[in-house]
Amino acid sequence: MAEFRMPSLGADMDAGILALWKVKPGDQVKRGDVIAEVETAKGVIEIEIFEDGIVDQIFVEVGKKVPVGEVLARICSEGELTMPVTPKRVEVESKPAEAPPPTAVTAASSPQPVATAPVSAAERTRISPLAAKVALELGVDIHTIHGSGPGGAISRADVERAAQARKAEVQAAPPVAVPAPVLEKPAAPLPIQPAAPLEEAVKPAMPPAPVVEEKKPAMDFQTAMRQAIAAAMARSNREIPHYYLETRVDMSRALRWLEEENQKRSIKDRLLPVLLLLKAAARALTDVPELNGFWVDDHHQVSESIHIAFAIALRQGGLVTPAIHDVDTKNWDELREAMSDLIMRTRANRLRSSELTDGTITLTSLGDRGVEKVFGVIYPPQVALVGFGKIIDQPWVENGLLGVRPVMVATLAGDHRATDGHKGALFLEALNKYLQEVEKL
Amino acid sequence: MNATLEMVHLNYREAVRDAIREALNRDERCFLIGADVGHYGGCFAVSKGLLKEYGPERILDVPLSESTYTGIGLAAAMAGMRPIVEVMTCNFSLLALDQIMNNAATILHMSGGLFNTPVVIRMATGAGRQLGAQHAHSLEGWYAHIPGIKVLAPGTVEDARGMLWPALEDPDPVLIFEHQILYNLEGDLSVPPPVVDIEHARIDREGSDVTILTYGACLHKSLDAARILAEKGIQAEVIDLRSLRPLDNETIMRSVAKTHRALIVDEGWRTGGISAEISARIMENVFYELDAPVERLCSAEVPMPYSRHMEQAALPQPEGIVALVERMVF
Repeated sequence: MAEFRMPSLGADMDAGILALWKVKPGDQVKRGDVIAEVETAKGVIEIEIFEDGIVDQIFVEVGKKVPVGEVLARICSEGELTMPVTPKRVEVESKPAEAPPPTAVTAASSPQPVATAPVSAAERTRISPLAAKVALELGVDIHTIHGSGPGGAISRADVERAAQARKAEVQAAPPVAVPAPVLEKPAAPLPIQPAAPLEEAVKPAMPPAPVVEEKKPAMDFQTAMRQAIAAAMARSNREIPHYYLETRVDMSRALRWLEEENQKRSIKDRLLPVLLLLKAAARALTDVPELNGFWVDDHHQVSESIHIAFAIALRQGGLVTPAIHDVDTKNWDELREAMSDLIMRTRANRLRSSELTDGTITLTSLGDRGVEKVFGVIYPPQVALVGFGKIIDQPWVENGLLGVRPVMVATLAGDHRATDGHKGALFLEALNKYLQEVEKL
Repeated sequence: MNATLEMVHLNYREAVRDAIREALNRDERCFLIGADVGHYGGCFAVSKGLLKEYGPERILDVPLSESTYTGIGLAAAMAGMRPIVEVMTCNFSLLALDQIMNNAATILHMSGGLFNTPVVIRMATGAGRQLGAQHAHSLEGWYAHIPGIKVLAPGTVEDARGMLWPALEDPDPVLIFEHQILYNLEGDLSVPPPVVDIEHARIDREGSDVTILTYGACLHKSLDAARILAEKGIQAEVIDLRSLRPLDNETIMRSVAKTHRALIVDEGWRTGGISAEISARIMENVFYELDAPVERLCSAEVPMPYSRHMEQAALPQPEGIVALVERMVF
């Protein structure tokens, strides 16, 4: 039996609104299935399940806002189906300002057993009329309150405690929280070719899904995202000793290969320049794996998989950094498909939880805005960020000869706790090397 | 400066007797009528000695026919007298139900306002003395259903002493339900006795966590429970309803709005009883003040058992009140 909990989709996320269930009790699920959608500050995210099994019970109804760690559903193997049990309530640990380990979930006292039938959270919130009134007055979201009464009923005292806790939390310091990768920092649409379709991609994240939730205390989408970015970036600059390296890359060979390759392809199958950068970066990371991973609990964890998170600015402000999984193992077509799928879903606000949390390194570019180089802020707990600037025709000396070449500046922001400049230099060197022989990628 | 108030110690039975005496003394139109109220002194000995004191014209022993003597009382009231009718127990009052409901409660209306019926009908109610299923029910809630009459439930020596006179002064029929277990309840009263009204509920014990609404014998069980609860840190407010018709909405609602929880303790049956009425009124008036569902503790829905332990088990008890309140206050 497994409990499917509200995932943390970002360093800053402490609660999410269950926007949609894609399964119902009795449905068969397997690892990787999208079983729900959750609305967060970053839009509606598709949530995947990590176990195979059968959905036994669903505890949280659509529209309900629940804290990270709350049990949303229970997944059973065939034999263990349906023993109705009161859902164990779980609370987010009252956040210490900086809590490194990713598991900030502690079991809280479960509601006292009641003789009546088990109350699944999918039922209405049990709240006394007085408590509901007080919650309205205090602006407390009742869906985030744990009732201490029979069957989890919320009393006025519960509401007042929640209001107190919230107040204390607000006073307690800037909200820097549980690490779990998601957001990143400045960046914009994709590199190189101006008017690349990607820019389109960067269009509106749809307005937050229409969810039945009182908007009163909730921040608007923009504010929430801004705060999310603020929290992650502030933490990064506070904790991560960055070092920066840059190198200039002659892009003439790569672009020439791309042109030839695209001539062989139908229009819809054409490759974008950004794919070259992605693939080259992935290859370089296999050579210098130290940059691909995390700094957690004062330890450097190198990731075996290469999931490149990709900064996408949103038209209306803010940005998301969904990851493309296993970039190193994908061929051109797979990568192209993965990219266009990602763009489409970003536009439609249909990103998956794993995409928002799985990035092992981030790639950013401000090239299409004319920026020549970008020095990024690492998204914790990642340990590196690769930046690409605009490709500009520049004088270039090779073999003693002066010529004009399309040149791009690639930069690396590295976490000096995890790696030193030498490793960073090796990475940039490898990156450059692979961009000179893209046909071998 | 203040002279020390003279106090008198007496029981509930004596208090009712003194109240009858006062009425007989104050108003010559007043008389007591009922089966065995004269020579025998009343089946609960309330009127013992009154025949000797006031004579057979004012203490009327009548044959055992509830309908007849209640009708006599009613007719006398219409003719300008101030009768006090004593019915042995409320179970037997059902034999006079036609007089009470079809006549007493309707005459004013059916006469186009010409005839008031200032009759007072007293009767014993309730269980606890092993009188079996035909002498021990609590029907005051039933009578409270009927427009045109008032229903009083004195739960204290003070009210036993004080309610009769204002009831007689009321121009319309008033039923007084004296709980048989209370006749031996003792208390101190000032001299002259305190003047009481018959309209208001009274807060017998103040509290902040839950309101216990009750009357009659259950008042004392509720007060016992409140003392136990106080030791557990729960402050119960206990309200003696005193009048079941009309109900004192204002006192009830003010208290529930303060404590946000209400428990009704009623010796009557739960289904369709006065406890249901009170609960409904709370919902109607102060729903948004409630922090927990309104609860009721009533007698078991069985004919009242005769054997002691079963009778006690069928009745609301302090332990049950404590347990229920503890469940409500979370």
